[in-house]
Amino acid sequence: MTATPVSPSEPELGRARKRKEDARLVTGRTRWTDNMSPPGTVHLAVLRSPVAHARISSIDTSEARRMSGVHAVVTGADIAQRQGSLPCAWPVTEDMKAPDAPSMAVDSVNFAGEAVAMVAARSAAEARDALDAIDVDYEDLDVVLDIESAARDGSPLVHEELGTNRNATWTFDSVEAGTGGDVEQALRDAEVRVDRTFRQQRLIPAFMEPRSVLVDPTGEQYTVWSATQVPHILRTMIAMTLGTPEHKVRVIAPDVGGGFGGKLQVTPEEMLTFLMAEQLGRPVKWTESRSETMISGHHGRDQVQRLSLAARADGTVTGLKVDLLADMGAYLRLVSPGVPILGALMFNSIYKFDAYRFTCTNVFTNKTPTDAYRGAGRPEATFAIERMMDELAAELDMDPMEVRRRNWISHEEFPFDTIAGLTYDSGNYEAATDRAMEMFGYQQLRDEQVQRRQRGDTVQLGIGISTFTEMCGLAPSRVLGSLSYGAGGWEHSQVRVLPTGKVEVVTGTSPHGQSHVTAWSQIVSDRLGVPFEDIEVLHGDTQSSPRGLDTYGSRSLAVGGIAAVQASDKVVDKAGKIAAHMLECSEQDLDFAEGRFAVRGTDKGVGITDVALAAFTAHDLPEGVEPNLDAEASYDPENFSFPHGTHLCAAEVDTETGGVRIRSYVCVDDVGSVVNPLIVEGQVHGGLAQGIAQALYEEAIHDEDGTLTTATFADYLVPSTMDLPEFRTDRTETEATSNPLGVKGVGEAGTIASTPAVVNAVVDAIRHYGVTDVRMPCSPQRVWRALSEARSSSATEAESGGGLGSSDSDGGFATGGDR
Amino acid sequence: MPRITVDVDGTTYTDEVQPRTLLVQYLREQLGKVGTVVGCDTSNCGACTVHLDGQSVKSCSVLAVQADGHEVTTVEALSQEGRLHPLQRAFHDNHALQCGFCTPGMIMQALDLLAENPEPDDEQIREGLEGNLCRCTGYQNIVRAVRDASEQMRPGAGPAMEHSGETPAPRASSEQADARVTGGQ
Amino acid sequence: MIPAEFDYVAPSTVEEAVRTLSSAGEDAKVLAGGQSLLPVLRMRLADPSLVVDLGKVAEMRGIREEGDELVIGAMTSHHDVLRDDLVSEHAGLIALTTRTVADPQVRHRGTFGGSITHADPAGDLLAPVLAMDAEMVVAGPSGRRNIAAREFFVDYFTTAIEPDEILVEVRLPKYTGWSAHYEKFNRVAQAWSVVGVATTVLVEGGKIARARVGLTNMGATPIRAEGVEQALLGAAPTEEAIRQAAARATEGTSAGSDANADVDYREHLAEVLTGRALATAASS
Repeated sequence: MTATPVSPSEPELGRARKRKEDARLVTGRTRWTDNMSPPGTVHLAVLRSPVAHARISSIDTSEARRMSGVHAVVTGADIAQRQGSLPCAWPVTEDMKAPDAPSMAVDSVNFAGEAVAMVAARSAAEARDALDAIDVDYEDLDVVLDIESAARDGSPLVHEELGTNRNATWTFDSVEAGTGGDVEQALRDAEVRVDRTFRQQRLIPAFMEPRSVLVDPTGEQYTVWSATQVPHILRTMIAMTLGTPEHKVRVIAPDVGGGFGGKLQVTPEEMLTFLMAEQLGRPVKWTESRSETMISGHHGRDQVQRLSLAARADGTVTGLKVDLLADMGAYLRLVSPGVPILGALMFNSIYKFDAYRFTCTNVFTNKTPTDAYRGAGRPEATFAIERMMDELAAELDMDPMEVRRRNWISHEEFPFDTIAGLTYDSGNYEAATDRAMEMFGYQQLRDEQVQRRQRGDTVQLGIGISTFTEMCGLAPSRVLGSLSYGAGGWEHSQVRVLPTGKVEVVTGTSPHGQSHVTAWSQIVSDRLGVPFEDIEVLHGDTQSSPRGLDTYGSRSLAVGGIAAVQASDKVVDKAGKIAAHMLECSEQDLDFAEGRFAVRGTDKGVGITDVALAAFTAHDLPEGVEPNLDAEASYDPENFSFPHGTHLCAAEVDTETGGVRIRSYVCVDDVGSVVNPLIVEGQVHGGLAQGIAQALYEEAIHDEDGTLTTATFADYLVPSTMDLPEFRTDRTETEATSNPLGVKGVGEAGTIASTPAVVNAVVDAIRHYGVTDVRMPCSPQRVWRALSEARSSSATEAESGGGLGSSDSDGGFATGGDR
Repeated sequence: MPRITVDVDGTTYTDEVQPRTLLVQYLREQLGKVGTVVGCDTSNCGACTVHLDGQSVKSCSVLAVQADGHEVTTVEALSQEGRLHPLQRAFHDNHALQCGFCTPGMIMQALDLLAENPEPDDEQIREGLEGNLCRCTGYQNIVRAVRDASEQMRPGAGPAMEHSGETPAPRASSEQADARVTGGQ
Repeated sequence: MIPAEFDYVAPSTVEEAVRTLSSAGEDAKVLAGGQSLLPVLRMRLADPSLVVDLGKVAEMRGIREEGDELVIGAMTSHHDVLRDDLVSEHAGLIALTTRTVADPQVRHRGTFGGSITHADPAGDLLAPVLAMDAEMVVAGPSGRRNIAAREFFVDYFTTAIEPDEILVEVRLPKYTGWSAHYEKFNRVAQAWSVVGVATTVLVEGGKIARARVGLTNMGATPIRAEGVEQALLGAAPTEEAIRQAAARATEGTSAGSDANADVDYREHLAEVLTGRALATAASS
């Protein structure tokens, strides 16, 4: 939508404000980390292991050290005592097995792409040249790649010292939690039972800006610029990992070009750049190439999901059992082991189940570590349950939306305590669904589908549904504590009214494309009655924004935005005291609206700008009031927020080639109150693109030696303009009751919801041939092979009697080939 | 080292460069034109798109020596006297950027596209931008922005432009109609 | 990201270029448009000591008619090929295929000859050139020689050009009045072809008088689908005739497997896409 001009008195909340961020970005006036080079900057290049699992028998750096412009060549052995172990902030169980995670390999390498040496040189080119002169001898070890065999006893080990490849097993059981019944009983009693195994392929976040780190040690503090989502966490973790005192480290996240969870990390390269700057005493910069991002930046997803669902013949689900294997890769990064646990609370989605059990075993393999990628655990859960609801509908020959209606929480039932132990505060699944069905033309498409089937068209039509919810606003600190997370989930803000009445808002969130500057300006503008233009938002620098927990998990607005609200309200309180003093009245007699304190029943009043000046001059302040108009607030949410929505996808499947084309995509999201509809729509679009990409295009593939074969954009298929449809989006609004703005969060919604909608559509298009699943990404070959196999098996088998319940347990992944 | 003379955004530079220096490295590292960025190794992402003698190229796949004697236009030249180019304005108006990393390349390629075809339909816009990856927007608002800009930039679209606040009047329509629109170079 | 060091020369004539290459030995690389070579250099998959840039050889650029032939200079950009009226008129298949090559920026720099000599079997222009019986004019130390397209493509990324030779131009018989289609199948718009089918046919009196079919990515080189061509001769372009002809698409192919397609799928695609390409070409 295009923003339209509005009158000044209209509230900012809900206005389609165009972004403040854009002016610099569209003109190239940017501050990406790689743009910056303080005088004397030395360039760092990292040599990476070409093999997935090996002992390092020797490293010869002598030739590299002699090359032109080379300042230093450092190996893991050189810094073995200094580098510490990279942090994992989420020990999910008390007996979790965790390997030492050096930033640079010392004795052995455990994935192809792991750092083994680094060169600092005058130019980036000279540093890169010197890498070619380093000679490393590797002694190959058994490579562990397949997650299922890695989890078995007797498998070769990634980390010999752990004695197992299993990192941890985490369970939730509704009986133990006191939230519901026994799932085994439910499965025994089931009138219908559906068993399926799904594969969540490994994905690569593929943010557009490659990572870059610049460390300047020439001031009293080390100044670290990094293309990171988490400057505050990084500062603390540098201190905890390297032992450098925290107050001697300043971290700046300047302009950051996307993250999607991929920059929610404390990286080896951040530590290595820091150590090199420390060693050389001059600024050091590392900027990665795209291929380095692909092999060494963390990956996402990568789970095997086994599900068993119990239901009655009328479609009512009575229990769900979930058994996951989650691939950690070679090491635990910042929140790796917790990612699947975030999904544990979401498999029940918007539905009322009587019994639920979740088990996840995290497994090490010789692959790039996994960690958060947009949605982090929740897309996996949503995919699985939404695929299962379609499978149940198919078993029962019911309309898949009808099956969902039969099971979802109705809008009268909120607040609702779920089987997973969460309390959903608000929502209206009926409203979002009704609107989506209307926009989509559901019945017309179903009619067309029937016609195409009857005609035996080459191109078949499928309709996919995803009615989803997610938990956003990470997170109530007490909940994080109960999940063994290493930090809280609060957020911080400071609001400062300057002497001239202009306002600075400090936030501990750290935007990298999410438009916080615009949105926070709108929020504070309404609160203080100060014009939108008169507000500056400061972020991403631990010096100007000393407290915060950064941006991920759709937390910024629902947590950080509320901190800004609370800080603003404190400013108004304080300004009220000064205003009452100036107006010689009682605070109780003042009304505050649109930036002005008015004495009730009179025409007397004073604007907040004048109050700010009075606070600044401090000539005549009331007793006990400090001479400023600043306030700060730290906000710890009481609950998560729960956006939801209904996504509908119509996909055309070319039964000759297996090609899939999305014909139409409709989604109606309920993200609670909306600060800026322009931004919300943008977040939904981008989320859809990434979710659709998982369904159809993207997959990180390793060969049998553990080499990533999709290490460039020529091989890892990020969709372009030609590969994505035009989306039709709308919103319904039920306010979150857990925060004063009624907001829920929107950053991950599109990604979480869209993947199952697309895959359900693909399967729906060809289910009548006997296809019950296509493994992601639903490439043309996989679709074609699923069709071929279904056709050949239906040719040899008598027609199925359609007995209730089905299982793929003997066949592994039902159909779809193995690639 | 070879000596080259290149006109970049209206300024002439004479420099010695290593033959292996990519045009984008020359722009960023030697000239400080950091508005143009690098997103990949394989000329897929298009973030580094600039114009070379009025045609869009991926500056990661051109050697600096190959630009000797030629004119380069980057995103930094488009806004003039503090006024946004209609395409920049349209990207802003239509929320066609989030993190903004792909934006310089996207805008430079959109300029090329509109120069080739001043009135593209959505499909033609999508084809014209297929060499530019964006991870944030899902492209829909980018397509809208280019369509919007094409309408604003058409001959006779001048008065409408003046109504959008700080937006400048467009360059004279005759200039736009036949020129390859490269920011007035 | 950063290529290894190399020396660079930009000769201005074909003869000068050949002399340079002859004296440089096998460690030199020829730079045409650079759209394949530069990524290769950046990834350090190649490490030449000398790069010979043909960008200043004016005579290698441009498109002209010579009697019954259309001559495309090797250094003509894809963009210029696309905009050329002679190509549209006499080599419609080349124009249609070039539209599918890479993206607009790459088509501005990338060259017709560069794509052909790169000889990537997934490259789209190889199959049309083969199907159209092009002749490659190659210059070397002992002068120029013509190589028929059938002899030109030797193996993966390998042509009959010697290290001290360069492709100067490509001579195509005129296919005036023929209809054409290039059916490209890929995973995403930016991806290489999984399979492509290039076809051009001459329909006379409701019958296919002549037919040319070339396949992309069905072997180490582009493949001429001669069985399909033979099956079409004299046939009315009916659905059935096309289906029967397309069934012979995989004769003589030696498709490989990769992440996008195993051999059986690739062969299946070749048949399906051949049918579609023929149907489109015959009806256009």
